Amino acid sequence: MQENTAMPDQLNLFQRIRYSIFPGTLQRPAYRDRYRNFFNSLILHFRPRNVQQRTLRFTLTWGLGGMAVVLVCMLFATGLMLKFVYQPVPDRAYESIIHLQNNVLFGQLIRNVHHWSGNILLIIVFLHLSRVFFTGAFHSPRQFNWVIGLVMFLAVLTSNITGYLLPWDQLAFWAITICTGMLDYVPGIGEWLQKLIRGGNEIGPATISIFFAIHTAIIPACLLVLMPWHFWRVRKAGGLVIPRRPDEDEDSEDDKVPTIPNLILREIVVALVLIAAIMAISVIFNAPLEAKANPGLSPNPTKAPWYFAGVQELLLHFHPLFALFIIPVFMLIALVSIPYLNYQTDTAGVWFASHRGRRMTAVAALTAVIITPIGIIADEFVIDFAAWLPGQPSVVSNGILPAAIVLAGISMFYWLVKKKYAATNNESIQSVFVLLVVAFVILTITGIWFRGKGMALIWP
Amino acid sequence: MKSEAAPNRRRFLNIFWIILGGVAVAEFVAVAFAFLRPAKSKTPGENTDLIFTAGAVERFRPNSVTAFVRGKFYLARLEDGGFLAISRTCTHLGCSVPWMEKEMKFACPCHGSAFDITGNVLEAPAPRALDIYPITIENRIVKVDTRNPIKRSAFQVEQVVYHKKKA
Repeated sequence: MQENTAMPDQLNLFQRIRYSIFPGTLQRPAYRDRYRNFFNSLILHFRPRNVQQRTLRFTLTWGLGGMAVVLVCMLFATGLMLKFVYQPVPDRAYESIIHLQNNVLFGQLIRNVHHWSGNILLIIVFLHLSRVFFTGAFHSPRQFNWVIGLVMFLAVLTSNITGYLLPWDQLAFWAITICTGMLDYVPGIGEWLQKLIRGGNEIGPATISIFFAIHTAIIPACLLVLMPWHFWRVRKAGGLVIPRRPDEDEDSEDDKVPTIPNLILREIVVALVLIAAIMAISVIFNAPLEAKANPGLSPNPTKAPWYFAGVQELLLHFHPLFALFIIPVFMLIALVSIPYLNYQTDTAGVWFASHRGRRMTAVAALTAVIITPIGIIADEFVIDFAAWLPGQPSVVSNGILPAAIVLAGISMFYWLVKKKYAATNNESIQSVFVLLVVAFVILTITGIWFRGKGMALIWP
Repeated sequence: MKSEAAPNRRRFLNIFWIILGGVAVAEFVAVAFAFLRPAKSKTPGENTDLIFTAGAVERFRPNSVTAFVRGKFYLARLEDGGFLAISRTCTHLGCSVPWMEKEMKFACPCHGSAFDITGNVLEAPAPRALDIYPITIENRIVKVDTRNPIKRSAFQVEQVVYHKKKA
C-alpha cells in the first residue's frame, strides 16, 4: 500500500502537473476507485443506474436512436471544422469548397464525412421512427415523445435541405430552385413564404445567408434543446418499451441490470462500428460537386434532393396544389395524430402489434409494391384526365379527381383488411400506415432512379 | 376585508404580468418578422441598372426571339412586328427555359413544360404563361424594365408593344 503513495517533493514536473489536475490519483488505489465512481456517475446523469435486461436486446431498437446521436455528434464536429473554411457568399462559396478539397489537408475527407453523416442520419431517423411505430412505443406515456421525435425529424430534414444549397454548384442551385419553387403553390401565403425564405425574388446572396444561418445556428440550437428533452422523456417513461411476444402479458418480472457496463458497452460498440462505416464510405465515395451554379442554365434533368424525389414524383401525377400542399399536410397531420388515436389495445413492446398484425403488414407492403408501380405507369401512358375532361380546370382533372380515387382506394383497403382479418383498429391503422409508407418509398425510388431526361420514365 | 383583498390584488398582478409578457413576446415576434422580411430599397432611382436598353427596332427580325442573358429575359418580336419581353423563369418551379430556334418554342428542361413565342403554355405541367416585363419604345429604341415581372395566366393581344400605332 505504502509504495503507491509518493511524496510531492519526489515528483518531477509532469507528475506534479498531473496530480494537480487529478489530486485523488496521488492517493491509494481505493481513491482511484472513487474517481472511477465519480466519472461513472457523470455518465449516470444521462443514463439510469439500472436498465431492464430485456430492453438490451439488439433487435428491440437496432441501436437506431444511439446511431442518430452519434451521427449528430459527427455532424457537429465536422460542421464546426467546415465553418472555418466555408464562405457563405455566392462569389466565394463554390471557390471555398474547391479550396477545401484541393488545398486543405483532409478537407475532402471532412466534407465527405459531413455529407454522408447528414444523408445517413436522415435514413437512420426514418428507420428509428419506423421501429418506434412497429413496436408500439408511442402509446401512453410515450405519446408526446413521438411528437418531439417528429419535430426533430423535420429539423433534420430542414438541415439537409439548407445544407444542400451551400456548395453553390449546379446540383445545389437548381435543386433548391425547385424546392423553393414548390412553396409558390401553398395557397394564400405561398408567394410571401417563398420570398421570405429566398430573401427576395430569386436565389442569390440573401438566400445563401439565410440558409447558412438556419443550417449552422437554428437547427443545431433546436437539436440541442430537443434531443435532451427526447431522452429525458424516455427516462420518465421508465426506459424503453419492454419487448414481449404477442402472447405474453404486459407485466414483466423485474430483472434489472446495472447500466454500466451492460448498456454503455453495447452503445459504444454500435457507435464505433457506425463511425468506422462512415469513415470507410467517406474514404471511398466523394461528396458530389458539379460545375459552379449558373442561374441561366438548368441542367436536364433537374432533380430535387433524393429525400424530396417522392414529392417530385407526386408532382408529375397530381396538380401542384395537391402534390405540394394538401397531400403532405394531410400526411403530417396523420403522423402527428398517430399516438392520439383511440386504440383497442396497448401493444407497446410487441413487434407489429400481433401475429395477425405481422401478416397484415406483409399484405399491405405487398399491395403497395404492386399497386404503386402500376399506378405510376398507368398515369404515364394511359390515364389523361385533362384530355378526357376537356371542360374541367386542371385543379379538378389533375387534383381533386385523382386524389379522390386514391383516397377511395385507401379507404377500401382499410375496410377490406379489417373485415378479412377481423382485426383490431391497431392492426388496421398499422396496415394503412405501411401501405402509405411503402408507396412513398416506391415513389422516391422511382424519382431517384427511374426518371431521366425531361422526367420521362426510364430503365436505369 | 384586507385578507380578501390581498389574493385579489395578487391575482390581478399575476394576470397583469402575464399579459405584459405576452405583449413583449408579440413585439419580439413582430420585430423578428419585420427584420427577416426581404428589404425594399427606399432610394428612388436605384435599380435603374435593371432597365435594359435592348437596341434599335430594326435589329430584331419579325418572328424571332433574342436572349438577354444579363437581363434574364427574352425579347420576342412577333410576326406582326410587335414586341414582348418574356421572363426566362419557368412558371412551374422556376427553372430557366431555353429558346429552341428550330422548334420555335421555349422548352423547360426540368419537367418538360413548353411555351410558344408569346409565352403561352404549349405543354403542362406549367400552370400559366411565362411572365412578361414592361417595354417602352422611344425613338425606335426598345427598353425593357426588369424590376417587376408581370404575372399573367395567358397571352393577350394587349400585352404586345408596337413601335408605331397600328393602322
